[in-house]
Amino acid sequence: MLSALLVMSIIAIALGAVLGYSAIKFRVEGNPLADKIDAILPQTQCGQCGYPGCRPYADAIANGEADINLCPPGGEEGIKKLADLLGVEFKPFGSGAEPKPKAVAFIDENTCIGCTLCLQACPVDAIVGAAKQMHTIIASECTGCELCLPPCPVDCISMESIGENLENWKWRYPVYALQPANTVGRESA
Amino acid sequence: MRTLYKFHGGVHPPGNKTPSTQQPISAAPLPAKLIVPFRQHAGEAAKPVVQVGDHVLKGQLIGEPVGFVSSAVHAPTSGTITVIDMQPVAHPSGLPDLCATLIPDGKDEWFLREASDYRTLPAEELRHRLRMAGIVGLGGAVFPSDIKLRPLRNHPNKEIGTLILNGAECEPWITCDDMLMRERAAGIVQGAEMLRSMLEAKEVLIGIEDNKPEAIAAMHRAVADGGLPFEVVTVPTVYPGGGAKQLIRVLTGLEVPSGKLPTDIGVQCFNVATVYSAWRAIAHGEPLVSRVVTVTGNVRRPGNYEALIGTPLSELIALGEPLPDTDSHIMGGPMMGMPLPSTSVPLVKASNCIIAAAKKLFPAPPPALPCIRCTRCAQVCPAELQPMDLFWFAQSKNFGQAQAFSLFDCIECGACSYVCPSHIPLVQYFRFAKSEIRMREQDKLAADRARERHEYREFRIEREKREKAERLAAKEKAAQAAKPVEPPAVAINPDATPETTAQMKIQAAIEHAKEQAAAIKPKNTENLSAEQLAEIAEIEARRARMREMAKSDVEPPKE
Amino acid sequence: MAAFFSPFISKPDTVAQIMFRVMLALLPGIALYVWYFGPAILVSIALASITALATEAAMLKLRDRPVAPFLKDNSALLTGWLLALSIPPLAPWWLIVVGTAFCIVVAKHLYGGLGNNPFNPAMIGFAVLIVSFPVPMTHWLTPHGLGQIELSFLEQLRYIFIGSLPPGVTLDAITMATPLDTLKTHLHLDEPVKQIFDMPIYGRLAGQGSEMVSWGFLAGGLYLIAARIISWHIPVAYLGALFATAGLFHLADPAHYVTPLFHWFSGAAMLGAFFILTDPVTGPTTNKGKLIFAAGAGLLTYLIRAFGGFPDGTAFATLLMNICVPLIVLYTQPKVFGKKSGGER
Ligand code: SF4
Ligand code: SF4
Ligand code: SF4
Ligand code: SF4
Repeated sequence: MLSALLVMSIIAIALGAVLGYSAIKFRVEGNPLADKIDAILPQTQCGQCGYPGCRPYADAIANGEADINLCPPGGEEGIKKLADLLGVEFKPFGSGAEPKPKAVAFIDENTCIGCTLCLQACPVDAIVGAAKQMHTIIASECTGCELCLPPCPVDCISMESIGENLENWKWRYPVYALQPANTVGRESA
Repeated sequence: MRTLYKFHGGVHPPGNKTPSTQQPISAAPLPAKLIVPFRQHAGEAAKPVVQVGDHVLKGQLIGEPVGFVSSAVHAPTSGTITVIDMQPVAHPSGLPDLCATLIPDGKDEWFLREASDYRTLPAEELRHRLRMAGIVGLGGAVFPSDIKLRPLRNHPNKEIGTLILNGAECEPWITCDDMLMRERAAGIVQGAEMLRSMLEAKEVLIGIEDNKPEAIAAMHRAVADGGLPFEVVTVPTVYPGGGAKQLIRVLTGLEVPSGKLPTDIGVQCFNVATVYSAWRAIAHGEPLVSRVVTVTGNVRRPGNYEALIGTPLSELIALGEPLPDTDSHIMGGPMMGMPLPSTSVPLVKASNCIIAAAKKLFPAPPPALPCIRCTRCAQVCPAELQPMDLFWFAQSKNFGQAQAFSLFDCIECGACSYVCPSHIPLVQYFRFAKSEIRMREQDKLAADRARERHEYREFRIEREKREKAERLAAKEKAAQAAKPVEPPAVAINPDATPETTAQMKIQAAIEHAKEQAAAIKPKNTENLSAEQLAEIAEIEARRARMREMAKSDVEPPKE
Repeated sequence: MAAFFSPFISKPDTVAQIMFRVMLALLPGIALYVWYFGPAILVSIALASITALATEAAMLKLRDRPVAPFLKDNSALLTGWLLALSIPPLAPWWLIVVGTAFCIVVAKHLYGGLGNNPFNPAMIGFAVLIVSFPVPMTHWLTPHGLGQIELSFLEQLRYIFIGSLPPGVTLDAITMATPLDTLKTHLHLDEPVKQIFDMPIYGRLAGQGSEMVSWGFLAGGLYLIAARIISWHIPVAYLGALFATAGLFHLADPAHYVTPLFHWFSGAAMLGAFFILTDPVTGPTTNKGKLIFAAGAGLLTYLIRAFGGFPDGTAFATLLMNICVPLIVLYTQPKVFGKKSGGER
């Protein structure tokens, strides 16, 4: 009896020591939760969430200051992932915050006056140009955040939606033939 | 006799190959209109190099390769390009793609054909020619052949160096390779010798399934006639024995490691039709403008046709005289083929077979039941996967687990769906899961790049602020040191102080929109890939042309 | 068009056919059962079939699944048959009805229906019955020619449905414990094996009649293997492990431990080896896993038979091994083509 107790306590102390040591040794700098959240956010950096970018929003969620359903570009799936990560209930988007189809900005090169204002607005440096020269958007880097639209004094920037094409087409989820019609309707309702 | 190896699993679907081998390959008549897609190969689509209204000759380049993995596209006959636009193509999505429409002039007049002897040309030049001749894998994967033809000698496994000719043709119904081997064995064998010399391979094995005795005999004869040390190997008929990895395994006993290419183990595998067209391209100077295609299924006259790329499939099907109860069409074989959205889509390099389908030949499967874990799928899977587990993960969209259980080693052969007693469309679930995972990985990459660029931008702004503050401080100091000399006005420096002078500049800019400034360094060019730099350079060049001004320096200021 | 993708052809095999063939393979055993014990078993099977189909249909309706395709898959029928073959044929009608209903409702549908149940439904039914109604579960029919009195088929029917025996006949006069049970009881009384085997209920290898029924199941099982409906792994590993453990004990102390062959041909060993453990839904999917699973079941069967409280061990061994299936499968993932070290994860 006594020896059993002794053994248990020794094990407990040893494990405690290991835990304590690793807590010091492997301490993660920064806020790992915010990092994890940031990894889920789409990095569009559009500010629609009410924060000046994805990272601040991630910090706000990590600190419990913000809800998880504020990022439209992330879509419902983004909310689901956040809900999973944080162990909270899924929450649908509030009104007006619906995700839009993916788009990239496009500068009409004939109208652009080279004012550099859009260039300063772009959160991911996807616009190339110099003062008084025409500006161009690197489509592959543009996140579609629309932040460059308002500053343009000559309204030469438009958003072009990327439709489904042969490069981004995906195989559909196979239709499960055995679902009777009435349950399909009910489940999607 | 060579020792053959076995791969796990496989199925024996009814072959149905005899009907289409009863008559020799015949040339399909010249259609009234050809539709040539610019994306007929794996990789980047070709870039059109002709304009609407251009008159082109047979074999003339109309689309040039862009990027490393890409290939050329040629006019299949002489005639006029009437339209270049989006047209429906044979793709499971049914989405349209960029195509050139060519109205033949009926003369079928060849563009310059330069016949040459491959022995006199360096391998580098041969590869370039094959790329410019649009030679891609004709077995269905349409991977550009030139990329697969780098010498195997550079490879760690150099002592192997095996070139394999794939004449297995394991899919039911398809017989185009069979007929090609029967009738054009000599060309295939000479082509093989050419590819062997390019690869510097030690041995050449020609694998043919034992259900094609005529083809085996013809290839034996051609090898003997050519006096070449090639080995024609008869392999057992089992689906998917014609899969590259499976054939390599059967012939050499080697397993292509997961995620690797055959080259990585010193083996290279080409479809016989690819080898033949590579031979035509070099020895006769004929780019890939036609291919042999099997027309079979619910037709009165099944057979093989040599048809021009771009021929509307409806015309080919008409040659086979489809029976009235034909209700749909399949491109490729019944195991891995795809349903055709319509028969107006054109023949492409990947089209090895067109099957007219009817309910009686391809009955709709009974409704799928739940998986009963009978493991029949696992017993037949050539990739030695556990399809029922993968199905479970794909169905519940548990993509991480699916990947952990080697989803990407699935070759989508369909053997598992074929045997499943619950008739679950397993492969479809796997395709769905794969494309979903790929898309997510792309999104993730894009997000990571965006994050990086955003962080870099913040860092840049911070740095600029600091530098400005330092400059100001320095200026202040200098002003204090030499008060009387310094002019009081602050110079407009568009590079460093855009904020302070923005208003002024906008006004000026709107008024003098066409005004130019030379030698201004563009911004935001610090963190770009070579490709983007090229893109920017191109845009800049265009601007330069438009404005008739000298191109400004686009080199990014390096940190 | 959307649902029509490759492969466009498929083998004509269906779940219904597989289940049907398994039922077909049960027939030799059932025929011998009737030959040695009379047609009462057919009544049980009929009752089980009707109950299975009715409860299956009701559950499908309740769960809002299409009834026809699932009802036609024969899986409920097979479950009913297996249960009927595992319990005494001369049991009151409600025993088999309650047992089958429990199999279908709880063990199958509450776990998600076909393909989703972790435990063998027939064995769950058996376990519930033997725990809840131990007394009727021990009244097995005496084989022909052994009992003092033999009931006519009509009298048997009367007993099954209204529980009345002909005047002057007691239940004990027409039934007996199973040979395994008898063996256990007598071993407890410290009688040597030899002496026990001299009792009239024992035949050449095991129990009179029941050993012949086992031969019937063995024949059916071999047909299943030949027809590639089941793989050889589970029967071989199960019977092998049972033989090996029984053999070891027998060699060590032949006076107290019976021959391995006795174990093979007693109780539900043959039925279990070929028909119960091979249930694909509740068994492992990997070949190595099948070997481990069945060997474990064989060992447990022996241990329960020799040292446990229940006369036969197949049912509990099956259920216990069912619990381990996910773990077994996880650790026996086969090597994927082109991957040297197992399924990496
Ligand atoms: S709303 Fe925009 S800025 Fe906010 S987290 Fe989403 S993508 Fe980032
Ligand atoms: S170019 Fe415009 S839309 Fe695109 S990322 Fe930059 S600011 Fe956003
Ligand atoms: S063949 Fe079908 S039912 Fe059998 S285990 Fe595979 S997926 Fe499940
Ligand atoms: S489709 Fe994939 S999982 Fe199915 S048998 Fe072929 S390789 Fe295996």
